[in-house]
Amino acid sequence: MPSPRYWREIPSRYRLEASRCCGCGKVAFPARKVCPACGAQDWKQIQLSRQGRVVTSTVVHVPPDDFLMEAPYAMAVVETPEGARLMIQVVDCEPAEVLPGTEVDLEFRLIRREGHGGILCYGYKGVPAG
Amino acid sequence: MREVAIVGAGMTQFGEIWQSSLRDLFVEAATEAMRRASADQLDSMYVGNMSGGQFVGQEHLGPLMADHLGMAGIPAARVESACASGGVALRLAFLEVASGMSDVVLAAGVEKMNDGADVTSVLATAADQETEAYHGITFPGLYAMIARAHMEAYGTTEEDLAAVSVKNHRHGAMNPKAQFRREVTLEEVMNSSLVSAPLRLLHCSPVSDGAAAVLLCPLERAKEFTDRPVKVVGSGFATASMALADRNEPAFLDSVSLSAGRAYKMAGVKPSDIDVIEVHDCFSIAEICCLEALCLVERGKGGEAARSGFSALGGEVPVNTSGGLKSKGHPVGATGVAQAIEIYEQLRGDAGDRQVQDADVGLCQNMGGSGASSVVHIFQRV
Amino acid sequence: MAGIVGYGAFIPRNRIKTEEIARQWGKDPQTIRRGLLLEEKSVPGIDEDTITISVAAAQAALERAGIDPARIGAVYIGSESHPYAVKPSGTILVDALGIGPEVHVADFEFACKAGTEAMFVAFGLVEAGRVEYALGIGADTSQGAPNDALEFSASAGGAAYIFGRKNVLAEVVDTYSYTSDTPDFWRREGEFYPRHGGRFTGEPAYFKHVLAASQAILDKTGLKPADFRYAVFHMPNGKFPLSAGKTLGFSKEQLETGWVVNTMGNTYSGSSPTGLAAILDVAEPGDLILITSFGSGAGSDSFVLKATEELPRRRPRAPTVRSMLDGRRRYLTYGEYSKYREKIIVNQ
Repeated sequence: MPSPRYWREIPSRYRLEASRCCGCGKVAFPARKVCPACGAQDWKQIQLSRQGRVVTSTVVHVPPDDFLMEAPYAMAVVETPEGARLMIQVVDCEPAEVLPGTEVDLEFRLIRREGHGGILCYGYKGVPAG
Repeated sequence: MREVAIVGAGMTQFGEIWQSSLRDLFVEAATEAMRRASADQLDSMYVGNMSGGQFVGQEHLGPLMADHLGMAGIPAARVESACASGGVALRLAFLEVASGMSDVVLAAGVEKMNDGADVTSVLATAADQETEAYHGITFPGLYAMIARAHMEAYGTTEEDLAAVSVKNHRHGAMNPKAQFRREVTLEEVMNSSLVSAPLRLLHCSPVSDGAAAVLLCPLERAKEFTDRPVKVVGSGFATASMALADRNEPAFLDSVSLSAGRAYKMAGVKPSDIDVIEVHDCFSIAEICCLEALCLVERGKGGEAARSGFSALGGEVPVNTSGGLKSKGHPVGATGVAQAIEIYEQLRGDAGDRQVQDADVGLCQNMGGSGASSVVHIFQRV
Repeated sequence: MAGIVGYGAFIPRNRIKTEEIARQWGKDPQTIRRGLLLEEKSVPGIDEDTITISVAAAQAALERAGIDPARIGAVYIGSESHPYAVKPSGTILVDALGIGPEVHVADFEFACKAGTEAMFVAFGLVEAGRVEYALGIGADTSQGAPNDALEFSASAGGAAYIFGRKNVLAEVVDTYSYTSDTPDFWRREGEFYPRHGGRFTGEPAYFKHVLAASQAILDKTGLKPADFRYAVFHMPNGKFPLSAGKTLGFSKEQLETGWVVNTMGNTYSGSSPTGLAAILDVAEPGDLILITSFGSGAGSDSFVLKATEELPRRRPRAPTVRSMLDGRRRYLTYGEYSKYREKIIVNQ
């Protein structure tokens, strides 16, 4: 990932910054300019809690080249208590055990690296709660 | 708007076509479509293509393909909506003819996927780069999550998923252009290797090279090109949230539902009027969800359709008689046009062993991404 | 009095057993276990490094401190495995935690002493009144060459300490540092694994500095070993810290709480700081604690700490070291371990 793009996305990747629509209360993650639910453009910035529940999941056995060393790995759509949904990896467990309803904590991890000499890209992954 | 007809079709073999380049594939399909319609001139052309830039390093396909077709000078543009690129190219060609702007327009689709690119990564660019691809999700992964959500919500089983592949391979075995002309058993599907749980290798469409092209003209001129034109009676197009995580119900494809509703309305037909259907079965679960969104089965009942024979040749509504993306192959940009060709041949009575008797109205549905875009066309025998 | 207002640790959940490593190289596991007193060690996941460990430990420290991260005026991460050779680890951490931009940040390196070095400077700035709060972290994903004795110990983890003047959990009674040039262990720029002087790392290096610093801080504070409830010394293996403690006059009971090396391994810059966190997890108000680090090259930092009434109140806000050592773990084969530690050459 080119470093300018990575840098621009730091607020959501490092701090889970999201926004709550002042019109209808919808939470957008990452923050948006226009509410996809009601069209309003006034937002309040919020920070997501570092926990959530799996909505749906899979175990990726055939990964993109950048994730070759991690396969097989679990990926899940995780809903935080604020109602935001994140597409993240769930690690530090048997991938097949990550199923809808699984409670997870979010931990700061290295997500990808840009080749041997490129930048390191961080963000959040899930781990089974507790 | 003028009435529009398809009057010619051409399609390459789908598969690993090592000897043909991106342009070779296009020219083969396009010249066949024109030759069959005895057309020697085009007013305009649309080329559906997902990612020439990433698969073979080639963008700017409009002029390139027009040039190689011997048509330099005509208006020509590449159209992109991920795996729905071909269907959208068809829609734009249809609109251009319907509007009266042009008379003879080629809608083509082409993809060269087997040329050394990291296909999984290229396809993943059709997902949201910031929130999905960044974290390592793949397209099989996205559809696997849809499958798991469908299983959670409706009790759909791995057998249901596998039955879709078995049916489509049975159909594809009869299609000389198909990438896999062989049947598979339920056991083979269920024992194939995991790609992204719960989806296995034989739930997934293959990596394919291929091209497809159809020639459109005003219905009033159709007889100049063929004795058996097929009328385009409905075209519906829709989008939905790009990221799967942003959809309230991951197991329901909103864009398919919206695009189908628009096409049904324009055509003035009901789901029960449709005789033959091609849907975007990039993964077996996609066919299940698409049948529900097209209102051919009740929501949650898509899993039964293949298993019960409802959607097989000889069943109530034959689905993917071509073999679908699963067996026929899925050169992503070409798929939407290839689907239209199957319906064109079915409505003309040219489908050979795969022929659906007395097919009068046909539908094809072509989808981009994990369902962020969908285009539906409805055709009728003239 | 200035002291620790928040602390936290993090230990990756992957483990490899001493036996598994010994078997790989045809060594007798019982000899190693008895000789080094090591049962297993933590291993970083493919997605864990000094930065992720530091962030997790600092998040726990912030939970216990209960302060606005923006009030932290200095952040120092000590490690010998900073993921970038050039580009700070600390900048990623401050942006992840919502610290700054009005903050002084630096990455420290002093072999295994870099963690207490970070704590030493953080404390000094708070005591001097230059900043309201300061964060010092020791964390490592330690390197050890395959088939080197270090491979049995080099592990991953870290601990973070926030220093301040209000609501102190443990007062810093005094500090002491002892340093000399001693080439017992090193890693040159561009080298993947450290090298060491074998038995030279013992008497003239570890023991000389640990004993000198510890004895000096006892003399400086006028305290005797018997006055302490707990003591922790840098843990390159199981034996050295017990031997150093015994020489100084500490009992097994005083040493065992912070002696986490037998199942954690040597987390290099995170070693004695994580031992201290394990002590703070159980210490009672009024308890005196001695911590002495050691970094090859060489030097030792000593701190005398005194637990306050605030400690038991804030402790439950984050997980304990013991819960991470004994909690959910995943045991790796040597093959998996080699993959995780990027010891296998693959095509990029």
